[in-house]
Amino acid sequence: MKKIRNFKRVYVWELPVRIFHWLNVLALFVLVITGFLIANPPALLSSAEATNLHSFGIVRFLHFTAGYIFFFVLVLRVYWAFAGNRFASWKAFWPFTKKNWNNFWHVMKIDIMLMNEKEEDITKISIGHNSVATLSYVVMFLLALVQIATGFALYGDMASWWLPKMFTWVIPLFGGDFLVRSIHHTAMWLFIFFAMVHVYLVFYHDWLEGRAEVSSMFGGYKFVCDERLKHADHEVEIKEEGEIVASKKY
Amino acid sequence: MANNKEVRETYYESIIKQGYSRRDFMKFATYIAAYMGLENSMVGQVAKSLESTYRVPVIWEHFQECTCCSESFIRSDHPIVADIILDKISLDYTLTLMAASGHQAEAAKQSTMEKYKGEYILCVEGSVPMGDDGNYCCIGGRSAKDLLIEAAAGAKAIIAWGSCASNGCVQAAKPNPTNATPIHKIIKNKPIIRVPGCPPIGEVMAGVIVHLVTFGRLPELDRLGRPKAFYAKRVHDSCYRRPYYDAGLFAETFDDQNAKDGYCLYKLGCKGPMTYNSCGTIKWNNGVSYPIQSGHGCIGCSEDSFWDNGPFYERLAKVPGIHAEGLADDIGKVGAGVLAGGLAVHAIAANISKRKELKSRINRGKSNEKDIDS
Repeated sequence: MKKIRNFKRVYVWELPVRIFHWLNVLALFVLVITGFLIANPPALLSSAEATNLHSFGIVRFLHFTAGYIFFFVLVLRVYWAFAGNRFASWKAFWPFTKKNWNNFWHVMKIDIMLMNEKEEDITKISIGHNSVATLSYVVMFLLALVQIATGFALYGDMASWWLPKMFTWVIPLFGGDFLVRSIHHTAMWLFIFFAMVHVYLVFYHDWLEGRAEVSSMFGGYKFVCDERLKHADHEVEIKEEGEIVASKKY
Repeated sequence: MANNKEVRETYYESIIKQGYSRRDFMKFATYIAAYMGLENSMVGQVAKSLESTYRVPVIWEHFQECTCCSESFIRSDHPIVADIILDKISLDYTLTLMAASGHQAEAAKQSTMEKYKGEYILCVEGSVPMGDDGNYCCIGGRSAKDLLIEAAAGAKAIIAWGSCASNGCVQAAKPNPTNATPIHKIIKNKPIIRVPGCPPIGEVMAGVIVHLVTFGRLPELDRLGRPKAFYAKRVHDSCYRRPYYDAGLFAETFDDQNAKDGYCLYKLGCKGPMTYNSCGTIKWNNGVSYPIQSGHGCIGCSEDSFWDNGPFYERLAKVPGIHAEGLADDIGKVGAGVLAGGLAVHAIAANISKRKELKSRINRGKSNEKDIDS
């Protein structure tokens, strides 16, 4: 029988991170659905005059609106990478450190290749994101920039606002709308692939580790065992009320 | 300039000499100003420029092309257009339409290039084959590449007529056996106006030339070197069938009732949403119609590599970089299926490989609960 573990609540994901996450989910969901509709609209069995219908216009309106939401929550998240706690900081996502790559290979071995350690190294447990996750978010961030640039470029020609018009240089860069549209459409599939793997791995961690991986994105709290917290002096601090939060110093 | 005046006429003089009245001339000035997107008040300036400007010598080269650009141009709405530019007085050299032939023709070109060095406009119709030393296209025993470089050296500006000269068009479609190359990729040190289209609209061609003549400088160009006045909008955004698109009313086949009712041809592969041109506003054949109005989708002829941009009658998104069968949705569906299968396998494997860990965690939880109870 193994040693009994006590788990402590640690406040990991602050409200702006959670708002970003769920608005991003909503925006992506709407963008993908309306995106497919725009790429291949269904036959509309209506005998109404075009004057009295605006159904495809509404689909496009939803797509553009969700695009704006997608863009602005990303701006919020970038801001929070500088203003938020250590788990949301850009430093947590910076891939070029030795510590990051050590953790990366550890997660690849244990969670992706499903190998088992002889003796579990408790210090390797990540309180915030693990290094495979941060790397995938960095890739998705870059891909989001591609989607924003190509999407606003395709939209910019019709827009009257300066923001989408800022991206009109993308069209001549790729020689025309054809390639830009293909990039936009193909990159959308990468978002779908990412969402599948992301949701699966969140369930996987919650199922296997029981640290509230899923609900942490709602309430912000994760559960971390006592022994791990002993090694987390520089990562977390205990406030007066006994609440454990991310430490200020980095 | 004094002795130039003896041999050179202004555009106005040429036009009057051709038998047009002053009234015809003013109608032409008004009409061309409208096509160029100029304000009403600019008509006077156009007329004045045509009255006082000596005709600009034009050398019109024909390389790998089908002459559809010239055909489109001589069918331009207003007869003066054809007369002032394509008449033998104005056009110093063009293989297709000039009276002279053989050595005489070549001599005429040489004399224009010497006499008006730095002044003449070089119009190029067709792409230049760069493969095999340019041997795929030779005129008078010289390769198109040589001729272009020679004629471009003394040109004031170059107009690349049509998709061939602007983008390479059909002969540059994959696998591009002759290595057909658009003009701007060969000549780097001259201002180049790209007027794509297969062919470009005659009025657009006239508008570009008249702009050069009346204002003595290039029209405002976009980042791809196309005149903004004609290539700033997508065909789709100026299409008269656009309300059907916004309503979601689409023709499904070319012979269904929706097609007869004039619904949007989006699902039949119309490339209007990706094509920058003036077809929706200026139209063709004296403003009579344009492809979409005639019931056929746009094929995107004024866009770069339009022959390689997928089938004309289907609306598909390709995966960039994968040429054949690279349809984003087909690859995406297979990819998502494989991924879902992989995740399911991973989930099963995880439960087997980590069974001890899972079991111990559940046991720990149970004993913890027991401690709390006791």
